[in-house]
Amino acid sequence: MKPLDPRLLRYSAAARGYLAVTVVLGLAATGLILIQASLLARLLAGAATGTGLTVLAGALVTLVVVLVARAGATYGGEVAALRAAAAVKSQLRRRLVDHALRLGPSWLARNSSGGVTTLATRGLDGLDAYFARYLPQLVLACLVPVAVLIRVAFADWISAVVIGVTLPLIPVFAILVGLHTKTVTQRQWRLLARLGGHFLDVVEGLPTLKLFGRGKPQAEVIGQVTEEYRAVTMSTLRVAFLSGFVLELAAALATALVAVEVGLRLLAGHMSYQTALLVLLLTPEAYLPLRAVGAQFHASTEGAAAARDVFEILDTPAPNASLTTPASASSGRRVSLHTDTIKLSGVSLVYPGRDRQALSAVNLTIRPGDRITLAGPSGAGKSSLLALLLRFAEPAGGRIEVGGVDLTSIPVGEWRRQISWVPQQPYLFTTSVAANIALGQPAATQAAIARAAQAAGAAEFIEGLPDGYATEVGERGLRLSSGQRQQIALARAFLHDAPLLLLDEPTAHLDAVSARRLEEAIVVLTANRTVIQVTHSQNETRDISRLFTLDQGTLSQASSPCPAPASALLAVTS
Amino acid sequence: MTVLTGTQGRSPLWRLLRLARPMRRELLFAVLAGAVGCGCGVALLATSGFLLARASQHPNIVAISIAVVLVRALSVGRGLLRYLERLFSHDVAFRVLADVRVAIYRRLERLAPAGLMAFRSGDMLTRLISDVDATQDLFIRGIVPPLTAALVGAGATTAVLLVFAPAAGVLAAGLLAAGVLVPVVTAASARRAARLAAPARGELGAAVTDLLGGAAELHAFGAVETGLDRARAADADLTRLARRSASASGLGIGLSAAVAGLTLWGVLLLGVITTGVAGTGSGSLGRVPLAVITLTALAAFEAVTALPAAAIQLGHARVAAGRIAEVLDAPDPVRSPERPFPPPRRPVEISIRGGTVRYSGTEPPAVRDIDLDLGPGRRVALVGPTGAGKSTLAAVLFRFVDLSSGTARLNGRDLAGYDPDDVRTVISGCAQDPHIFDATIRDNLRLARPQASDAELARAAADARLLDWIASLPLGWDTPVGAHGAALSGGQRQRLALARALLADPPLLVLDEPTAHLDPANRRALTADLLAATAGRATLLITHELDGLDAVDEIVVLDHGRVAERGTHAELVEADGVYHRLWQAGHAAARTDP
Repeated sequence: MKPLDPRLLRYSAAARGYLAVTVVLGLAATGLILIQASLLARLLAGAATGTGLTVLAGALVTLVVVLVARAGATYGGEVAALRAAAAVKSQLRRRLVDHALRLGPSWLARNSSGGVTTLATRGLDGLDAYFARYLPQLVLACLVPVAVLIRVAFADWISAVVIGVTLPLIPVFAILVGLHTKTVTQRQWRLLARLGGHFLDVVEGLPTLKLFGRGKPQAEVIGQVTEEYRAVTMSTLRVAFLSGFVLELAAALATALVAVEVGLRLLAGHMSYQTALLVLLLTPEAYLPLRAVGAQFHASTEGAAAARDVFEILDTPAPNASLTTPASASSGRRVSLHTDTIKLSGVSLVYPGRDRQALSAVNLTIRPGDRITLAGPSGAGKSSLLALLLRFAEPAGGRIEVGGVDLTSIPVGEWRRQISWVPQQPYLFTTSVAANIALGQPAATQAAIARAAQAAGAAEFIEGLPDGYATEVGERGLRLSSGQRQQIALARAFLHDAPLLLLDEPTAHLDAVSARRLEEAIVVLTANRTVIQVTHSQNETRDISRLFTLDQGTLSQASSPCPAPASALLAVTS
Repeated sequence: MTVLTGTQGRSPLWRLLRLARPMRRELLFAVLAGAVGCGCGVALLATSGFLLARASQHPNIVAISIAVVLVRALSVGRGLLRYLERLFSHDVAFRVLADVRVAIYRRLERLAPAGLMAFRSGDMLTRLISDVDATQDLFIRGIVPPLTAALVGAGATTAVLLVFAPAAGVLAAGLLAAGVLVPVVTAASARRAARLAAPARGELGAAVTDLLGGAAELHAFGAVETGLDRARAADADLTRLARRSASASGLGIGLSAAVAGLTLWGVLLLGVITTGVAGTGSGSLGRVPLAVITLTALAAFEAVTALPAAAIQLGHARVAAGRIAEVLDAPDPVRSPERPFPPPRRPVEISIRGGTVRYSGTEPPAVRDIDLDLGPGRRVALVGPTGAGKSTLAAVLFRFVDLSSGTARLNGRDLAGYDPDDVRTVISGCAQDPHIFDATIRDNLRLARPQASDAELARAAADARLLDWIASLPLGWDTPVGAHGAALSGGQRQRLALARALLADPPLLVLDEPTAHLDPANRRALTADLLAATAGRATLLITHELDGLDAVDEIVVLDHGRVAERGTHAELVEADGVYHRLWQAGHAAARTDP
C-alpha cells in the first residue's frame, strides 16, 4: 500500500492544503529539534566548566522559548491535523454520497447500500488516525533524519558515518520483516474475523441451541475456540512484533555505538565535550520519527483502506448523468402518459459486471389505460423491467419510445412525475408520517396528505398514533408494522397521483389480514390509471387485461388472457 | 462465573478486572518487562551522559569501561524486554478474553431468549459481543501502560534523588503532571467531544442510511435533492463540531510536550544554578551528575507518552463493562427449581389451564386465560394475527418464559417443577426466526442430534424436501451456508430449520411460524410438506397460513392474547368469527379455483 494515495490529494482540496501545513510544521519541528540539542549541549558543557548563571542566562531563556515553541508546534500540528481530517472526511463523504446516488438504485442494490453507508460514516473516521498520527510522522520521518545527519556531519563526521550506516537498516529490516509477516498477518486477520464471528453466531443462535440441548456444552467450545485463537495469534505475533523489536534495537544500538565511539575520542582529547553532547543528543532524534512512523502505520491502515474503498466507488463511472439529474435538453414536445403510448422495441439490459442479460430483446407496448401483469419466478427480470421504466437503469440495446419520442431525451424529473411506484418492501424515512407520505412534494397541504392517507386506508391507524401525522416513524419506519409501512407507501402513490402505476408485489410479505386491507385500497388506486403489476404466481392476479411471463430475461405474452376474476380482491368486493 | 455474579454492586470495570486474577503472574511479568525495558531506555541515555561527562575529564580508561559495557547491554535489553512485554501482555489479554467469553456466554445461555428481549432490538447484541471482545484492548492498552509508567517514573525519580534531591522534586512533579493530570484532561475532553458529537453522528448516520437505503424512493418520487440537503446539513453540523473539538483534543498532546519541556528546563536550571554557585567545575554539583540528571529527565517522559491514550481506553472500557454488567445483572427469565422433578418420560402430555403471561407490570398480558391440551398423535394449529401472543405460548412450552398465572402441567406435574433443559429434551422444534449457523449444511442439521446417522440425516432432509437440492450441490452436505444462511434462499433456510426439528424428533414438536418471510407460493408449498411430514406426531403448529389446516385435529385462534375461537377447520369456516374472515381474506380465491 502506498503511504500517500495520490487520489486523496486529487479528490480533496482540504488534503492538499493540510499536506502543505504539515510540511511547514515538520520543517519548524526539525529546526527546533536541532536548536534544542545545540542549546542543551552548550548549557551542559558551559555549566561543567563552571560558567555561571549570568553567562548562561541567555541560552537558558532561549531554551525555554524553544521548548515552549515545540509544545506549541505539537499542539498546532494536532489541531491542524484534526481539522483537516474533519474537512477531508466531509469532502469525501459528500462526494461519496453524491456519486453513489448518481450510480443509481440498481447499483446500490447490487453493492449493498449498508456497506456504503458504513463507509460514509464510521469507515471514514479511520482517517482521523491517518491524518493526525501517520501523515505528520511520515513527513518528520523524511525530514528529521536527513537534517540530523547533516548537522552531525558538520559537528563530527565519524559519528555521521555511524548514523548514516545504521539508519537505512531500519527501513530495510522493517520491509524485510514486514514482507515476511504480511501474508501471515492477512491470514491472521481472516481467522480473527471468523472467530469473532463465531462467538456472535453462537450467541445469536442461543434459542436454537437451547432447543436442541446444545446450549451448555457450547460454553466449552467457545473456551476452546478462543484458546486456539490465542495460540495461533501468539505464534503470529511472535514474528509480527519482530519488526518493532528490530526498530528499537537498531535505534538503541546506534545510540550506544555513538556514545562509546564519541566517549573514547573524548577521553583521548580528540573532541570537545560540547560537540560530544550534541552528537549524543541528536543521535536518538534521527531514529525516533522512523520508529514512530512504523508504530503508527497500523493505526493508519484502517483509514487508508476506507479511503481506498471510497476512491474505488468514486472511480466507478456513473451510467449516465441523465438518469439522476434533469437533463436540460428537451425534445420540445412534452409527453403525457395520459395520452401517449410507451413502446419497448428489442430492449435488453445488462448490469455492469454481469455476463448474463437481465433482459433480452423485450418488445412491449403499453397503451394508456392498459392493465399488464408480469409473471415469472424471482430473478426472471420482472423488477429489471420496472427499473427500466423508472429509469433506474438504461437499456443496453433496443429503444424505448414514448409517443414517438426517445425516452432518453425526456428530462428524467418530468418523466418520473408521471409514474407512481409501490415496491415490495417500501423504504420509510426517519421522519414524520406526514413527511413520508409527502415524499418529493414538500408543498403538499395537510389536507391533501390526510386525503391520500384516507384513500390508502391508513388514516385510521395514523390518527391513533401518539402524535398523529407528526409521529416519527423511527429508523426505516420500524416503529410501524410491515402492513402499515405498505399503507404509507400507497398513500404516497395516491398523493403522487400519476397516470402510470407500477405495483411490485406490494402484498407479498404481508399476512392475510393486512394483505386484504391493502388490496381494497389498491383497487381504488388502480382505477383510471395505466397499471403494470408484477407477481410470482398467476393466481395472485387482479383484473388484468394482458398477462406476460418473464423467464430468464425473455418476455412472452401468455397464450390466452387470464380467465376473468380470479382474484381475492374481486371475491371479496363483488 | 462466580467472579462475575458474586461481586454485584462493585464498579463494572472492577468486576471485569477481577476476571484477570488467575492471570496475575503473567500480568506482573508483562508490567515488569515493560518497566525494565523502558527503564533501560532511560538508563541508556543517562549512562551515555555519564560516559561523555566522565570521559571529558580525561580519566583512566578503566573509569569508563563499565559504562561502555553497560550502554551496550542496556541498548539490547531495551529492545528485547519491550518485545517480551508486548508478547506477555497480548497473551494475558487473549487468555482473559477466553474466560470473559465463557463467563458471559454462560450467563447469556441462561437468559436467552426471553431475558435478552431488550438486547434483540437493532444491533444491541452485536455491540455486546464487540464489548466483550474489546476487553482484550483493556489489558494491552489500558492496564499495562499505566503500571509500567508508574514503575519507570518511580525508578527515574529515585535515581535522580540519589544524585541531586532538588531536581528529583521537579522531575516527580513533571512526571505526575504528564502521567496523571494530562491523561485525565485528555480523557475528559475526548468524552466531552464524543458526547457533543453523538447527536450529530446519529443524525448523519440516519440521513445517509435514508439517502442510500431509500435511494430508489428518492429517485422515483423526485426527492433526491431533499435527501441530499439533509445529509449535507448533517455533515456540516458534524464537521463544525469536529473542528471545534479539535483544539480541545490538541490540548492534551500540547500540554504533554510543554510539561516535559518545562521539567527538563527546570532540572537544568537547578543544575546550572548549583554549579554556578560553587563557582568551579568541581562544585557542589559536578558535570557528571548534571549530565546524568538532565539526560534522565529528558528520557523519562517516554514512559508517560502512552498514558493519555490509556486513559481514553479505560474510559471506553468502563462504558463497555457497564453494558456487560447490565446483561449479567438481568434477572433470570425462568425459575429453575432447586430440586427438579426427574426428567419427563415419553410420551408427553401437556395441559395448560388459564395460562397467562405478563412480560412487565405496565403492559397488558401477552397471553391470558389460555387452555391448551397437547398429546400423542394430536396436531394442533395456533393461528391469529401478528402480536396475538402465539409465540409467547411456544416460549412457555419451551420453558423460555414462565406463566405469570394459571397452570401448565407436563405428564400431570407442574411444568415449572422440571429442569428447563429436561423439558426441552421432550418439547422442541423450531423457534421463531430459527438461527442458521455459519457452518455446513450437515453441521447445521446434526446440531439437533449429534449422534444421528447419515441415513437419519437424509430422512429428515427428505421429509423437509431438501434432499434433492442437497444432492445437486457440488459440495453436497458439506456446503457452507454462510453467516445467517446467507447462501441459501428464504425457503431453503426455513426447510433446513424444519429438517432440524424433524431430526430432533421430540415427543412434542412445536413449530413457530415455519413459513415466515416466504412469498405466498413458497409458503403454501412448505405448509403442505410440513403437514405431510408431521402426520401422526404430536405437534403444535403456529402459522399464518390457513391452507391445509383441515388436516389438523384442532385449530386455536388467538386474538389480542385470548382464545377467540377453537375447533376444526370445517367448524371454524362455518362460524362467523375471526377465522372465517381470515380464511375469506386470503384463501377464497385459491379455494374457489376449479
